[in-house]
Amino acid sequence: MKISVFWIGVAVALVVALLTPHVVTNEFYLRTAYTVLQFVVLATAWNILGGYGGYVNFGSAGFFAIGAYSAVFIYKLFPLFQVPDYMIFVMLPLGGVVAAVIGLGTGYLTLRLRGVYFSIATLALAVVLQTLVTNWHFVGGARGASILPPQTVPIFSTWGEFLFVLMAILAIASLAVARYIERSWIGRGLAAIRDNEEAAECMGVPTLKLKLIGCTVSGFLFGVAGAPLPYYVNYIEPVSAFNLVYAVNALAMPMIGGATTWIGPLLGAVVLGTAQEVARVTISSEMNLLIVGVLLVFFVIAAPDGFVGLARKYLGNRKSR
Amino acid sequence: MSDVLLQCSGVVKTFGGFTALDQVSVDVKKGERFGLIGPNGSGKTTLINCISGALKNDGGTITFDGTDMAGMAPHQRTRLGICRSFQIPRPFTSMTVLENLAIPFEYVALRGHRHASPDAEAKAVREGAMAILTEMGMADKASAPSSGLTQIELRKLELARAMAAKPKLLISDEAMAGLSNSEVDEILDILFRLNEQHGITIVMIEHIMRAVMRFSQRVVCLDAGKKIAEATPDLIVKDPNVERAYLGE
Repeated sequence: MKISVFWIGVAVALVVALLTPHVVTNEFYLRTAYTVLQFVVLATAWNILGGYGGYVNFGSAGFFAIGAYSAVFIYKLFPLFQVPDYMIFVMLPLGGVVAAVIGLGTGYLTLRLRGVYFSIATLALAVVLQTLVTNWHFVGGARGASILPPQTVPIFSTWGEFLFVLMAILAIASLAVARYIERSWIGRGLAAIRDNEEAAECMGVPTLKLKLIGCTVSGFLFGVAGAPLPYYVNYIEPVSAFNLVYAVNALAMPMIGGATTWIGPLLGAVVLGTAQEVARVTISSEMNLLIVGVLLVFFVIAAPDGFVGLARKYLGNRKSR
Repeated sequence: MSDVLLQCSGVVKTFGGFTALDQVSVDVKKGERFGLIGPNGSGKTTLINCISGALKNDGGTITFDGTDMAGMAPHQRTRLGICRSFQIPRPFTSMTVLENLAIPFEYVALRGHRHASPDAEAKAVREGAMAILTEMGMADKASAPSSGLTQIELRKLELARAMAAKPKLLISDEAMAGLSNSEVDEILDILFRLNEQHGITIVMIEHIMRAVMRFSQRVVCLDAGKKIAEATPDLIVKDPNVERAYLGE
């Protein structure tokens, strides 16, 4: 029964996503929703390794920016204004695959490290990638690159509508992937690793293999989330693409939502993402990280299992499987 | 030699300049109840770590059931049939008791079995795990969170979880430390039953002499990384080397 409820939800969400551009005519709202949906993908991607497996990745911004710069790379292959509109469908998987390969490579190099050492290594990775991109002139280097989306838009009438629907589909797909992993042998093995890695290994769990799967899937999702960014912002440079905001949010949203289930990152991203966007327009554009910080401190102390933990506590169903 | 299940020959393990295991050779026969004793720091747990794969031995060979295990990861050794319990219980704390057992069940015992549906598989895991818990006298704790167990329950969970991997060789690393006399007897009964009814070879590491002496058919004593004696329980306590290791000159 539970399965069908989820897939009905997916179908409804898809229909809503496709209809929204026809109902909401002010593109500002679509752009805001894009940002929130992008955080849903980022939080979900982080959670696969960080929430299920207990390996805290501080380098999320690096994987995200790799996706974005893969798209820039393709854009730069064409003469100015000559990029075919369908190229976005090449940029997307390319961004994902490049980030996944880097995820796998990082996994091989760093997953023998445990706990905080792994986290430091991922942070260092992001810095290394940023330095490489800053010095790579083909994609704009430190000056950045101006990206003008093609004049024609696939399927929809404006890029704003297209990007919104694209990100909505990515968010739904990443949630489905996360939910599948959570309920499969991979998710159960990752949970054992999170609880006690030595015991998991001795109980027959191939810990390295599972962590590599986690790293790769997580990297792929970060990458596809980043690939549409150049078309969304129109101007991209390393400092903003590798911004700490992405890394902090990707980590804080699952923590605040509840890191052991696929719903947690969704809740965290929607609540936190919306709050930040509202604060950005109503109070100041510098408020958003403060909100994240305050909420994170509050939740770590008062509700370490996030919204999901709170809900279980007060609704009484300890296990919602 | 076909009745030898586990063969360690000339196993060496060094940590920097410190030699934790110095040419240790031990054979464990199929179906045997084998005791491993020695003072603190004598290398018992290091030897177990080398056998289970948590540490790589620097020299010598370890063969299990005819397979040389050099370079094998711990989870591969578990699939071959070696499973251990931990000296300090290491439950999967976010899971219930039953879910703890489901991990080795899914990853080892039912590995490669094709089930008609995920539900059928979940059912097979649940039933198999419940059978083990019932045998351990923990059936009523099946859905309890493993983080709230008492010390003896944690010890039993360690053994039950190891059993769920359907091992040929069970290594019990101080499963009784810190338990009361009656609790020690309870664990001993379980281990006897596993050995006699299920034919599982058991290696027991223990400081509680009463338990090792009663349980083991053969005992090896380590001291400072060397094997200093190997005999039946009643003979090993009279061995002058063992007396010296424990009591000094």
